Amino acid sequence: MKITTQMVDYISQLSRLSLPEEEKQTMTAQLERIVDYMDVLNQLDTMGIEPMSHVFPVKNVLREDVVEPSFDRADLLANAPVPDEEAFLTPKSVE
Amino acid sequence: MTWETVIGLETHVELATRTKIFCSCTTAFGGDPNTHCCPVCTGMPGALPVLNKAVLEYAVKAGLALNCQITRYSKFDRKNYFYPDLPKAYQISQLYLPLCRNGKVPIHTQTGNKTIRIHEIHMEEDAGKLVHDPWIDQTRADYNRCGVPLIEIVTEPDFRTADQVIAYLEKLKETLQYLGVSDCKMQEGSLRCDVNLSVRPMGSTEFGTRTEMKNLSSFKAIARAIHYEAKRQIELLEEGKRVVQETRRWDENKDATFAMRSKENAQDYRYFPEPDIPPIELSEEYLDSLRAAQPELAEEKRARYQTQYGLPAYDCRMITSDRVLAGFFEGLVELGTPAKQAANWIMGEVLGALSVKGMEPKDMRLTPGTLSRLIVLVAEGKLNRNTAVKVFEAVFNDDGDVDQYVKDHGLEQVSDAGLVEEAVARVLAANPQSAADFKGGKEKAFGFLVGQTMRELKGKADPKLVNALLRKALSQEG
Amino acid sequence: MELRALTALELGAAIQKGEVSVAEATQAALDAIGEQDGTLNSFITVTGERALERAERLQKGVKDAASPLYGVPMALKDNICTKGVKTSCASKILGDFKPPYDATVVEKLAAAGAVSLGKLNMDEFAMGSTSETSYYGPTRNPWDLDRAPGGSSGGAAAAVAAGLGWYAIGSDTGGSIRQPAAYCGITGMKPTYGTVSRYGLIAYASSLDQMGPLCRDAADCAAVLDVLQGRDRRDSTSLEGDYGHLLASLTGDMRGMRIGIPSECFADGLDDEVRRSVLAVADVLKRRGAQLVELSFPVMEYVVPTYYIIAAAEASSNLSRFDGVKYGWRAEGYEDLTDLYHRTRTQGFGLEVKRRILLGTFVLSAGYYDAYYKKALQVKAVIKNAFDQAFTCCDMLLTPVSPTTAPRIGESLSDPLNMYLGDIYTVSVNLAGLPGLSMPCGFDSKGLPIGAQLIGPHFGEGRLLNAAHAFQRDTDYHKRTPKGGKRA
Repeated sequence: MKITTQMVDYISQLSRLSLPEEEKQTMTAQLERIVDYMDVLNQLDTMGIEPMSHVFPVKNVLREDVVEPSFDRADLLANAPVPDEEAFLTPKSVE
Repeated sequence: MTWETVIGLETHVELATRTKIFCSCTTAFGGDPNTHCCPVCTGMPGALPVLNKAVLEYAVKAGLALNCQITRYSKFDRKNYFYPDLPKAYQISQLYLPLCRNGKVPIHTQTGNKTIRIHEIHMEEDAGKLVHDPWIDQTRADYNRCGVPLIEIVTEPDFRTADQVIAYLEKLKETLQYLGVSDCKMQEGSLRCDVNLSVRPMGSTEFGTRTEMKNLSSFKAIARAIHYEAKRQIELLEEGKRVVQETRRWDENKDATFAMRSKENAQDYRYFPEPDIPPIELSEEYLDSLRAAQPELAEEKRARYQTQYGLPAYDCRMITSDRVLAGFFEGLVELGTPAKQAANWIMGEVLGALSVKGMEPKDMRLTPGTLSRLIVLVAEGKLNRNTAVKVFEAVFNDDGDVDQYVKDHGLEQVSDAGLVEEAVARVLAANPQSAADFKGGKEKAFGFLVGQTMRELKGKADPKLVNALLRKALSQEG
Repeated sequence: MELRALTALELGAAIQKGEVSVAEATQAALDAIGEQDGTLNSFITVTGERALERAERLQKGVKDAASPLYGVPMALKDNICTKGVKTSCASKILGDFKPPYDATVVEKLAAAGAVSLGKLNMDEFAMGSTSETSYYGPTRNPWDLDRAPGGSSGGAAAAVAAGLGWYAIGSDTGGSIRQPAAYCGITGMKPTYGTVSRYGLIAYASSLDQMGPLCRDAADCAAVLDVLQGRDRRDSTSLEGDYGHLLASLTGDMRGMRIGIPSECFADGLDDEVRRSVLAVADVLKRRGAQLVELSFPVMEYVVPTYYIIAAAEASSNLSRFDGVKYGWRAEGYEDLTDLYHRTRTQGFGLEVKRRILLGTFVLSAGYYDAYYKKALQVKAVIKNAFDQAFTCCDMLLTPVSPTTAPRIGESLSDPLNMYLGDIYTVSVNLAGLPGLSMPCGFDSKGLPIGAQLIGPHFGEGRLLNAAHAFQRDTDYHKRTPKGGKRA
């Protein structure tokens, strides 16, 4: 599988990462080697095999609809990089 | 050329559970920013989701009421995108195995009946609220709504007119309210509707390019937006231009839709199965128990009220406009109140009082027992209708004791003929001119004398009795 | 008494008998950290004052001790949330993040009377095999300071091996407890998926992550797991049931136990000295009554790609929340929201983390999902099935932990694919959700520890620990201490 810099640009954009040009070149080459190696999986016929997302057959793990106290707002906001008493702050995010 | 409008809806409905979908924070509307939050719903590192049992139950109920197939083996998936209202940067939703599929909703419009097909219903979490503060030029993220449970109801592109859309939405709202799974308040955002719309030459079987409209805050706005957008697309096509597939925002003030800032890339949400939540497997017994517990819905009630109680269609519509109101009506009837009288009181006094106080039926404290007692007192001639209305107003707020109130305020109707006769005699003696006028043929004078007598009796007399005794006295005088 | 020569259980017993106070033990550990950790760099945060305060408080309750580990000082990998104590995942992007809550395991350890000395160094977000990707600098291997302690729980392994604490809690997504335990000559265990709550573990790959103990011997591991295990209502993937009282079940009796030796795990690519030492484990256990079964495990070539596809995919999603808005570090000089995201994430994550985020984004992106991610989930089912097959003819598997002993610092990161291939013996255990144990089984000619891995079926912790316990009765590899550690 060929990995192009365009593909790396695309997935970088999706991941909100901006690699410097040199890093991008190295990364493209490394990803290509890794993905090439992963193509070994194509040797295995998996027709009709159900993809396994959960390894245990656990199901219906449910919680009762009972309110528990929320956290202290100050504790939740304490780690915000821009301090504010009420909310998390971001640059303009609404149109 | 004539054009056909093709519309499909994606409706998000907030479920009326007590707690959020994946944590035990309250779903109560309002609250100071970020006070209904915990590590789970603010996306703190290391926190994990646990599904609320009631969310599953409500979503299945909605699916059953909308005639869907319930998926026996269902899963959650992650939808990945960056935005500050989504603190984990992924929304837990359902893509691959949604909870309900292939539903049907019959609707009625003036142009006839139609069935709208439901493509799917899935469960997901709501996002937070962003408010821009121009003073500091920063956007504030409030996560109180974050994690409130939603179902998204996706229809097939089956609508052709705005009327059909509104009829469907009204039906949907009524059904979900009756089920008790949502309060469907558009103004609080608990029912939100995105409209996918395209146009095509009449008779064509291919779909045109569609746009998606957002920010529709009322049924009226939806109808106006549909008219606007269909016209805009038709004009474009007639000018030989093409419709661009995009998301458009309805601007209520400008009465127009505008393209939203185009996303830098086509959306690629990278859905994959949510590893933190095991799958849902529903048993036949579970579904049966929910089927058995499904309440009678508005349409069934309307039909039944017409046949069982012979109520006019208008009355049936009014009474069933709200589940609590219909329950109130049934309570009255059960206590022996004649159906028509119960309907009249509900349509008149009850709805009037609710509207004056800006209340909703579910917030009403008045019980059917209290109102039925009041109606009995009128029927037994112990209260006249006008006094009864006053009593109603007095007991409405706190579901007060009718008999106690009547007693405390001395409102029992005077039905002692002797007392009324004495009052009539006093009135005639005081108003000889009016009596003479009546005998001279002025019917109007009779009304005056009735009024005077009622006043003499402080309004507590049975008007029929006053009438009869006054006529008798006047004829005897002659 | 040379406290640092004791195991956690021996120290716990001494505390019970009043031979040593909790504070004395805590002070001894803090002294050792002060002396040695400037070189080893196994801790990111040392909470000395807190630890001593807690030691004083715990001393009052010694009589009512809830666990044989009561009062024993230990430490936590820095991806486990501790309320009010910096939890960094060894990443710049988390800054001075102090979680508003404790992980479930932290609560359980506190209830058992543990004294936490602080937070341990690791590969950034547990992504790496050498602990060199830490923003806080590499940890050194106490057996050879020029070498890596392994990863990603390298700080945990180095600290326990050097005697800076009596045990540590690490996390294992693809071998991150077992491999550093092997490189540092200690015993570590990755439990059955779902038996230890993940609530409060900062996720790398949610379907594979599991926390577990790094200890001086198997008995200590059993005692720690007795504290950690159990269903947690805050973790939907945590399982009902448990593996019983592990410590009490250590008999050393191996009679009737069938030990499977998968030929593919001893084929080319494995260092000769490692092969010899690991196979010697079989002989020791055989002498104790075990039966050896040669078998084939035909999926070895698929395990690494399957693991890296799934782990990277989940990581790309799990790490999206680090964006400079809610917690942690925020870049400067941004122009708008998107720029804030890009700058914070580009500057806040290290290279290996970015590599895995990009890889994970790729395998989930439109057009590649079926070919990579879905395919990997299918192969995962095949791998799980291969283990099920293997466990029909044996009770546990014996394999190496790693193809080599500890590498020199600086020689792994330049070739990521090669580094990934080094995980070949450990990752399949996570894919199948199985318990895996790593224990010291010898030393190579350079004097570096060699680890052997025992793999069991779901809930097979007891038999693995019992086998390790049996082995440790007849050998003394686990008792040897590194010069760099000056433990004894």
